[in-house]
Amino acid sequence: MKCKEGTAVLIIRVNDAFCRSCFKEYFIHKFRAMLGKNRVIFPQEKVLLAVSGGTASCSMLSQVQEGLSREAPKKLRFVPGIIYIDDGGACGRSAEERQRSNALLKSIFTETGFTYFIVSLEQVFSLPTSVLVPGTSDPDPSNPSYKQAVDQYIKEKQTLTEENVASAVAQLNIEDSAYSPEHKLALERLFSSMKTLTAKEDMLQTLRQHLILHIARENGYSKVMMGDSCSRLAVKLLSNIALGRGAALASDTGFSDPRYGDVVIVRPMRDYSSKEIAFYSRMFNVPSVFISGLDTKTHDKASIQRLTESFVTNLQFDFPSTVSTIYRTSEKLHTVMPPQSQTAEPASKCLLCLCTLDTKVDKASAFHATLVSEQLSQIKLQDPSLDAPAQSAEQCCTEGQGCGPGGCCSSNRLPSHQDLKTLLCYSCRLTIKDMVATNTLPPYIITEAEKRQKRSQMKMEISEYLLEDDEEDGGTAAL
Amino acid sequence: MVTSMRRSFNATLKCQPEMFPRVRKRGGAELLFDGVKNHHVTLPGQSDPWDMKQLLAWIRGNMLKERPELFMQGDTVRPGILVLINDADWELMGELEYQLQDQDNIVFISTLHGG
Repeated sequence: MKCKEGTAVLIIRVNDAFCRSCFKEYFIHKFRAMLGKNRVIFPQEKVLLAVSGGTASCSMLSQVQEGLSREAPKKLRFVPGIIYIDDGGACGRSAEERQRSNALLKSIFTETGFTYFIVSLEQVFSLPTSVLVPGTSDPDPSNPSYKQAVDQYIKEKQTLTEENVASAVAQLNIEDSAYSPEHKLALERLFSSMKTLTAKEDMLQTLRQHLILHIARENGYSKVMMGDSCSRLAVKLLSNIALGRGAALASDTGFSDPRYGDVVIVRPMRDYSSKEIAFYSRMFNVPSVFISGLDTKTHDKASIQRLTESFVTNLQFDFPSTVSTIYRTSEKLHTVMPPQSQTAEPASKCLLCLCTLDTKVDKASAFHATLVSEQLSQIKLQDPSLDAPAQSAEQCCTEGQGCGPGGCCSSNRLPSHQDLKTLLCYSCRLTIKDMVATNTLPPYIITEAEKRQKRSQMKMEISEYLLEDDEEDGGTAAL
Repeated sequence: MVTSMRRSFNATLKCQPEMFPRVRKRGGAELLFDGVKNHHVTLPGQSDPWDMKQLLAWIRGNMLKERPELFMQGDTVRPGILVLINDADWELMGELEYQLQDQDNIVFISTLHGG
């Protein structure tokens, strides 16, 4: 054992025993080292901490508090805010339970003195479509490098008084946990139209991300910290592969996730196993609130995510290096950038998860093979009567005058599964496939889907008139 | 919310005096015990000292309200549930072979929930 004087209270990784004070130091040091190694958080940057109430995110919160309270120069240097998303509507919790956990969390957040946002998931129904468009990150050449930024900050520190900043920011606490009954109903309908728990969990995750992104953008936060621990990320890695998200693995499980452009997701807790976090929060009394989720008390095979979790946890029991092996493997993953020609427009993104679409590939790919086999297996099941509603909608359109302003059709013709599929990546397609009715999706998704479809249709129509930039001999087609 | 539940029954002294360990649940494990987080339990006296294995079997028989497979797996706790004996990792104390002392504090923390 390291210090040889205290009594060991904890064993990590088979051989490392720690006494209480050594463990505390080790825990704190790891957090700072993780932030220091990946120099993505600049001084005075606004960082949103996504807290779910669980031990990992509350430990993250306490580490941030701890880091901000120390004396300079080792002090952490960003401006934190806290966000909590109340997803009780999707998980089937009663209104009293939600209010109770909201109140408990509110008391924890006010203790910290940071700005906090308590938002209910029902707010998803009033999001704008801009959430689905990745923002541009700032390629400003005048942006200093990390080291320069830090030096600059230290010089300016004499003039900047921390108290002013803190008090101004503290005014902005938002507790938007109220939700309208229509939204609540709409959310319940959305989740009950999903047939499998896997799809529900996936959709919940997506909607949560969108909401966090929206709040971050609205309030000027350029980074979001998530509390995913090492164990949780190992499970996420394997279950994402099973879900078909292999193409986005690097950003889903890496330290930083830049897919949203202007807002970067970071995961500073990814080096901590769940045992370390549980011990730390127990020994040093980190306040946390237990909130049951979608997969509480479900059996092992209820969803892909749940199955993977029990697989990894059981394997870890017999082979204690399982989680760290998976974790090390995930560190080696990088996203392959497709070779970009100058004329190529930015790669199109999935409508829901905003990762690069992995479905626009050649005919000789595995993906295409799955499509073909799907079509073949469905040919017999196609019922001619199912085509009738689609046809009647089209007829209405072709008649022209019957439509009126705004078009009765554009509001009735909800995006069918087929329409949405072209805009989604492989795993989001599977999630949507599990939905009985796509019209239960929140309006911002439906509107954005329609817009993109119209745009691609229009593009197809005028494609023959578009000049290709690399045609040197002046496009005879245009003449 | 922390509540304490005292269970007592008429004590008859035997060779081994009764044990009064305190058993607590955290991290969501309390859901399997009717939401009660803290229990003061009185274990009936017996000739051999109680060890963790027997305690677990006793808990399964007497305190677990539902879904035993979410708490235990075979003779031991399910992987993912941490056990602390007097605020120390039970792996340092011998896990299932640890012999209980009077007034021991035992905490079960589920790590499978929360994040």
